[in-house]
Amino acid sequence: MASDVSGRRNILNWLLGIWGGGVFGSVLYPVARYLVPPEIAEATTRTVSAGSAAALPPNSGRVVPFGSQPAIVIRTPGGELRAFSATCTHLDCTVQYRADLQRIWCACHNGQYDLTGRNVEGPPPRPLEAYDVNVRDDEIVIARRS
Amino acid sequence: MNGAVREWLDERVPLADLVGALRHKTVPHHRYSVWYYFGGVTLFLFGIQVGTGALLLLYYRPSAAEAYESVQFVVTRVPFGWLVRSIHAWSANLMVAGAFAHLFSVLFLHAYRRPRELTWVSGMLLLLLTLAFGFTGYLLPWNEVSFFATRVGTDIVATAPLVGDFLVRFMRGGADVTGATLTRLFGFHVAILPAIATALVAFHLLLVQRHGMSVPPSVEQRANGDPSAVRQMPFLPHFLLRDLFAWTAVLVVLAGLSTFYPWELGTKADPFAPAPAGIRPEWYFLWAFQTLKYVPPSVVGLNGEFVAAAAMGAGALGAVLLPFLLRGTPRARRAVVWVGLGVLGFMAVMTSLALTEGAP
Repeated sequence: MASDVSGRRNILNWLLGIWGGGVFGSVLYPVARYLVPPEIAEATTRTVSAGSAAALPPNSGRVVPFGSQPAIVIRTPGGELRAFSATCTHLDCTVQYRADLQRIWCACHNGQYDLTGRNVEGPPPRPLEAYDVNVRDDEIVIARRS
Repeated sequence: MNGAVREWLDERVPLADLVGALRHKTVPHHRYSVWYYFGGVTLFLFGIQVGTGALLLLYYRPSAAEAYESVQFVVTRVPFGWLVRSIHAWSANLMVAGAFAHLFSVLFLHAYRRPRELTWVSGMLLLLLTLAFGFTGYLLPWNEVSFFATRVGTDIVATAPLVGDFLVRFMRGGADVTGATLTRLFGFHVAILPAIATALVAFHLLLVQRHGMSVPPSVEQRANGDPSAVRQMPFLPHFLLRDLFAWTAVLVVLAGLSTFYPWELGTKADPFAPAPAGIRPEWYFLWAFQTLKYVPPSVVGLNGEFVAAAAMGAGALGAVLLPFLLRGTPRARRAVVWVGLGVLGFMAVMTSLALTEGAP
């Protein structure tokens, strides 16, 4: 008789557990899914205008939007135009051109890249992604390499 | 009339029981008693944060297009808006300082010992929550410095294997730091974190009331191992008045700082501008920021940032679980003091390096 009662109590405990677990899970799952933002397909930008070539003197640089990301166009002291992703490969800050160092520099943790985008000093682990540069009339056009 | 009201209330609300309990409550009185006030000071500053935060909410607009302008409106047009915002910012900093002072005093006075293990754990979680408040609140004015600080802060978790990308998306509300990040961190800052903090503070205070103030082992020894032989001070009114005096002193410091050094707003964030020279995070993250500068890109084949973040995470976890990792011997307690001093020293050196190091 006693084991009959404890058996029934066990079943009731199980049922209560399943009930509780079911309610908890059915609340938790949608909340957890809700917290994760949905993937939004972004139109991948391939080419973008980066302004006037004449307005970019040797040994200087300019940060321009490349889709939703920043890109940097530089004119080397030798006069050559180059373009890279402006997102530092270390921790996502936006880099800038330092005329005094003749390098691309990140202010956040002092990372430095040479004029070919190679990481040469500080913590950045990888080079900057290089883009193709063309000049149409006076307009600089930068393009992602395929 | 007064008596009738009191009687009416007494019948419905157990106020007399509460006051009676407080009248019996005592606080140990010894040479280290001054350190008992830091928890209360932190709580006081938390209250100020809740109050000023609620006031800021009346004007703040959590979108990338309007956030900066709305804060600008608060500090330039709203009567005393500059003061409310300045107090919120300064009080946040003092609260972090108060929480750290409380943590290290509890550590050095060994108040984490049995039966106060869970008081320590809840306190450590509250400290981490305070830093989370700081991090989520930092972006809300949507200025240049906060924009890059948030990019860096969220990108650190990207180095975690397997779940890194997921965590970044979770924190940013997308792939990049955008208006979606601002709205998300705003939600964390004003709703989710306060809800968790309120529950944790209540639990922490309940345990403090249940166990009373801890008496340091050295004081206990001097009382020949009998904690009841330690001199006591009544909580009501002696300790409470001292508490209120400390809070008033903090309020004076806070008002002075907020008035004479109003918190700057900076320039509006521009996602397509380079990170400004001289950028650095708030002082309480400076030691971590400086450490990251020294970490090489790769450490024993692993991503350097990940190794550094994992080490800091392991340190934090070890700190949360400290009472369970220690044996209650005097030797273990001495080790805790040395490790604590080492951590403090490391933080101090890294912070001063970050403050003195200029751009190349």
